Amino acid sequence: MVASRENEPGSANNRTTTERKSDREMVITRIFDAPPRLVFEAWTTPELFRQWWVPKSSGATLLSCEQDVRVGGGYRLEFAHPRAAAPLAFFGRYLEVVPNARHVWTNEESEDGAVTTVTFEEKDGKTLLVMRELYPSKEALDIAIEGMDEAMPETFEQLDQFLIARGAGAERS
Amino acid sequence: MSLILRHESVPLPAFDRHAILNHMAQYSERTRIDASFAALADPTRRGVLEQLMRADASVTDLAERFHMTLTGMRKHIGILEQAELVTTEKVGRVRTCRLGSRRLEEESAWIENYRQTWAARFDALDSVIEELKRKEKRDGRKQRE
Repeated sequence: MVASRENEPGSANNRTTTERKSDREMVITRIFDAPPRLVFEAWTTPELFRQWWVPKSSGATLLSCEQDVRVGGGYRLEFAHPRAAAPLAFFGRYLEVVPNARHVWTNEESEDGAVTTVTFEEKDGKTLLVMRELYPSKEALDIAIEGMDEAMPETFEQLDQFLIARGAGAERS
Repeated sequence: MSLILRHESVPLPAFDRHAILNHMAQYSERTRIDASFAALADPTRRGVLEQLMRADASVTDLAERFHMTLTGMRKHIGILEQAELVTTEKVGRVRTCRLGSRRLEEESAWIENYRQTWAARFDALDSVIEELKRKEKRDGRKQRE
């Protein structure tokens, strides 16, 4: 599937990498085999965006998606998830928009939401995408990390069942 | 730490420290889970973890904050240490408690989970982009800029 052009040093082909760059920042990179204008179009056109943003494995369904991609414009995504009683909304506004090159938005569903910067850089007809999520504080990123049980429902569901079984079988000492 | 708070009403499982120690030789995941849940099943110990999320503290500080004897608090800290939720270090006469190695494991698990979410998203984005490329070819390589 992927053209084998790995003679570029430092190019990790199309693998997604993530790194906690600092106390406050997560950085994700990925190479796409298409020029930036196509990657940007797929990111900023709601009909296209909704085709890829929600991985099937997440169990979530995207109910609605609005994107007004210009400086000061807003976006709003609403998801349904089997484990959530009500739809989950994610929203914010665009701080910077440079078509085919860069967009920056806020995540305002929580006070501890990050500011997300995505850059699209052309490299030999491909796109190097770099996404930075800068949290307001170390604590905010730590809280995001501590909330990981929400992101790993199966694991914790198993623990839940284990605990209930144990609690029922155990004698109180 | 919603995992901890969620279990307020579940009965306290019996905790036998010696049994845990006996199992250490064949240190299994089950033992770890046992130790964690036994440690988390007590409201004082959950309180101690929440306190240590904010800042490191000495055993004496924690005993005062939770209105208990030093011996009582030492026992709770011992259980949390056993579950690797807390580590302690004695400097002079003061034993300082901080969140344990489990937290670091959680962080790397979270980062891997985060990476996988984005990898799945970007694989789906690849398909959307392939479709756009095909469409452009069909439309005679029209440039949309």
